[in-house]
Amino acid sequence: MKPQPMVLKVLNVVSVLLFLAALGMVFLYAPLEATMNYVQKIFYFHIATAWVGMLGFIAAAVAGVLYLIKHDQKWDIVELAAVEISLVFFLIAIAAGSIWARPTWGAYWTWEPRLTTAAILEMIYIAYLLLRQGIDDPDRRARFSAVYTLVGAISVPITFMSIRLFRTIHPVVIGTNSAASQGSFDMTSKMLATMFFALFAFSVIFVNLFWHRIRLGQLAQQVEQLKLEELQ
Amino acid sequence: MIAVKKLVKRFGLKTVLRGLDFEVQEGEFVALLGPNGAGKTTFLRILASLSRPTLGEVRVAGFRLPIQAAAVRRNLGVVSHLPLLYGDLTAEENLRFFGRIYSVLELSQRIDEVLELVGLNSRRRDLVRTFSRGMQQRLAIGRAILHDPEVLLFDEPHTGLDQDACDMLDRLLREVAGQGRTVVMTSHDLARVEDLASRFDVLSRGVISASASRNDLGKNNLLDFYRQALSG
Amino acid sequence: MNRPQTTDRRPSSVVRRPSSGFLKAIAAIVWKDLAAELRSRELLSAMLVFALLVILIFNFALELDPVTRRMATPGILWATFAFAGTLGLNRSMAVEKDRGCLDGLLLAPVDRSAIYFGKTISNLAFMLIVEVVVLPVYSVLYNTNLFNPGLIVVILLGSVGYVAVGTLLSSMAVQTRTRDVLLPILLFPVVIPILIAAVKASSGFLQGLSLTEVMPYINLLIVYDVIFTAVAYMVFDYVVEE
Repeated sequence: MKPQPMVLKVLNVVSVLLFLAALGMVFLYAPLEATMNYVQKIFYFHIATAWVGMLGFIAAAVAGVLYLIKHDQKWDIVELAAVEISLVFFLIAIAAGSIWARPTWGAYWTWEPRLTTAAILEMIYIAYLLLRQGIDDPDRRARFSAVYTLVGAISVPITFMSIRLFRTIHPVVIGTNSAASQGSFDMTSKMLATMFFALFAFSVIFVNLFWHRIRLGQLAQQVEQLKLEELQ
Repeated sequence: MIAVKKLVKRFGLKTVLRGLDFEVQEGEFVALLGPNGAGKTTFLRILASLSRPTLGEVRVAGFRLPIQAAAVRRNLGVVSHLPLLYGDLTAEENLRFFGRIYSVLELSQRIDEVLELVGLNSRRRDLVRTFSRGMQQRLAIGRAILHDPEVLLFDEPHTGLDQDACDMLDRLLREVAGQGRTVVMTSHDLARVEDLASRFDVLSRGVISASASRNDLGKNNLLDFYRQALSG
Repeated sequence: MNRPQTTDRRPSSVVRRPSSGFLKAIAAIVWKDLAAELRSRELLSAMLVFALLVILIFNFALELDPVTRRMATPGILWATFAFAGTLGLNRSMAVEKDRGCLDGLLLAPVDRSAIYFGKTISNLAFMLIVEVVVLPVYSVLYNTNLFNPGLIVVILLGSVGYVAVGTLLSSMAVQTRTRDVLLPILLFPVVIPILIAAVKASSGFLQGLSLTEVMPYINLLIVYDVIFTAVAYMVFDYVVEE
């Protein structure tokens, strides 16, 4: 197994530093929001982790299509890594959103389009993992996973639009009409800067984790190979 | 009729067929022997166009697999140890269905011929669900020759049959093969194939380790030949 | 080596060149499924009984007054169809898998997508039959008039989309270890747009809303149907070919 390349090692350090820097900015640099005070600060993490989730989602979809076209096992490893990361980060985003929602709207959960779609996406990810678990043959597992990724990737935007449609024609009292949905509290330039920095920092963290997870996948594959060679 | 060069088949990281070479002339009846797990069924599935080769060249009835799979399928009849028949349809309906998807001309007449040949004319309106295993195998053979293919593949057709049924099956096999068709049959039962085949090949450790024609072997030497092929 | 010809071999003009083979194959598969089901009635009776039981359960679980029940009708109907639908999809594919029949279909010199369309159409037929029975039963049990042309259209569009994705996913599920259990898990999250649109459109028609108000949902259904039928058609090969 190749040891971590220099770039990756540097990236590890950079990621940690950026994360700490983002934390610093959120707590020290960004001003307190007028009505929400400290609770509003979780917004930065909510946005940043949701953003990473999106990156993972897109990466998974692309990897899936690439696998179907090229039949190269490495795209399957990339796809699984992307799904796992996206799953975890969206979970964090949802949790952060809930923590924010309680004091803002009085409830941990609302059936707001973004939130609901994220929850559905999580279900799709879990279904994906269960699907993989039920298949032994690596080629079939990769094929089916890629197909399901494609189906999921196409259905999620449609789902989001359906829920939006559902909500606009029948507006709900709590949630979408409130000023606090999607950070539509007025953001000062310092807040914007913090937000963009957080997005940037988390993007780097995403790449770092992604790289590590892909390496892990390759390592697992090598172990499988060794096992088989032993048996034969 | 069948030409296989350096066929490699991998399932994920496991290699089942390792550069297998195999050739069958028109009209030959080849018995493919080998221990469990040697890859006989895998090999047959590749010849049947149900599975793709990882590497190597496969030609059946003059067409290349997997590119010209559709053309191959037109000239191929397959009987496996699973019946491949619909239990809730009658014998006649089963044949009618397969006749339709194979685009067989003058279907009704052909169905009559085939039912007569396999000796199931009296049971044509009975549900396949009610057939004994022997009868199902006979009907399966009928299905396989319905479109008059040049090549027949049998995967352990005697599985689960009692003595009488086996004898009846053998009679049918001889008759069907006697029509100038090329046959490849895998089997465990050396005694059975001894009288049927014109050539005996042994698949062991992912390649054809030995091949002998009936004339070369003489009577009752099949077992020795087989044992030798496995140990060598 | 000369072998005596015991029977005359017919020339290979027994097999026709498959120009119209594609449509004929689809028709043959649909016929086969319907004929087999007509005889055994296992699939349909299971789906019907299950659907009626679900409606019964909703009755006790929700305990609504007549007015609220009227508003809940579309939701109850579609939940019922969604659940009963998985039963049909599972069964329909299990038949092919169990006796190796899927291989039998794959051996045929016919485009893989013909198998997809054939199975999808017969799955659609089964689902429609169940819906056709459930509607009058529900009308009688709850004294609601469900004979609404708009509703029929919605049910048709919704079922098409459901079955288009369902057939693809059940082809996958049936080839895994977890089988039946996996299908609803795979299917439901992906089919939510249909449920939303179908329930809203059904509700709209039943409440007598104007067509312009219901149209967005109908459009959504049509878009979903078209997109997913196309996607499933393109991707089906990967699910059945080895």
